[in-house]
Amino acid sequence: MAQSLVKEFTKGLWAEIPPFRLVLGLCPVLAVTKSVENGIGMGIATTFVLIFSNLLISLLRNIIPSKVRIACYVVIIATFVTIVELLMQAYTYELFLKLGIFIPLIVVNCIVLGRAEAFASKNGPIFSIADGLGIGLGFTLSLAALGSVRELLGNGTLTIWDGLPVFHMGANFLPFKFMVEAPGAFVGLGLMLCIMNLIGKK
Amino acid sequence: MGDLFVLAISCIFINNILLAQFLGNCPFLGTSKKMETAIGMAMAVIFVLVMAGLITWIVDIYLLKALNVEYLRTVSFILVIASLVQFVEMFLKKSIPGLYAGLGIFLPLITTNCAVMGVCLINIKEDYTFLQTAVSSFAYAVGFGLALILFAGVRERIDIARVPKCLQDTSIGLVTAGIIALTFMSFKGMV
Repeated sequence: MAQSLVKEFTKGLWAEIPPFRLVLGLCPVLAVTKSVENGIGMGIATTFVLIFSNLLISLLRNIIPSKVRIACYVVIIATFVTIVELLMQAYTYELFLKLGIFIPLIVVNCIVLGRAEAFASKNGPIFSIADGLGIGLGFTLSLAALGSVRELLGNGTLTIWDGLPVFHMGANFLPFKFMVEAPGAFVGLGLMLCIMNLIGKK
Repeated sequence: MGDLFVLAISCIFINNILLAQFLGNCPFLGTSKKMETAIGMAMAVIFVLVMAGLITWIVDIYLLKALNVEYLRTVSFILVIASLVQFVEMFLKKSIPGLYAGLGIFLPLITTNCAVMGVCLINIKEDYTFLQTAVSSFAYAVGFGLALILFAGVRERIDIARVPKCLQDTSIGLVTAGIIALTFMSFKGMV
């Protein structure tokens, strides 16, 4: 029991890490990774939604009729997204403004609906929480990784929290502005995917 | 009239929904392997996006804002979009079978296309009027179609090129998309 619980949790961190292994939910990955800070914020918000929607869907899995299940899942997910949105507006207003419409758009993030359909609708609540937590943390890690590459090359800094850089490349560093613009997101993610393919040949 | 034209141009090229705003990237990578599917997806998005944009605008102004329940926006928009897609599918199946055969499999996919929801939210955020909403929804959808079809054209050529093993498929697709995004950046000074 405990062993397989750990397995469900850790698979999200490497074997099925989104968006590299599961190529889903690319929009927030590309859009909010201008800085590490935004990436982590988005990752945590998505993790929250994943855990709670997985939990609720898993509890209701025997009650929801299979014909209307997708609609039910979407409403459950949308409810938790609204909660996150209101919480962020209240406690992390700066981040709320920076992430903008990408917070309500967690509803249409395929990862969340994908986990509901592929995992939570078939497994018990505790396993579903482990799955949500694992996939969510994996997603946060990927966002932070892509965010740090883009911010470091494009801006010469690393910012973890509250707009204060924890690392600076120094005055001689010429920022490679391409990386924080739109094309850098695509190219950066493409190259990271390539590196992942090189390391983890299946 | 001039304002609306400028709005349309900026929505199609400068703020291109796929390459500058990063919305709707899953279908962008998923349906761009063949030209045919790309065109089908583009048409379906244009069709649904204009309707969804207008209906969510009406819902927002006359229902959510009038009743002072704006916090229900996320839930109500996704419900409107999901039921609209379902409704359009049933309507087309019954009355315009030709069009249904063309768009068929792409319609259900649109519910989870964040471009649709994204544009509806942008329209509200920018405080557009009804006419502006109509123009911007249509223009964003055309921009989506344009980028998707361009990308599908390039991707068909990549298929016959020799790509290193680790870069294949999605990876080279993303790098290509980056280069197309770079060309779209040059529209920035236009308006």
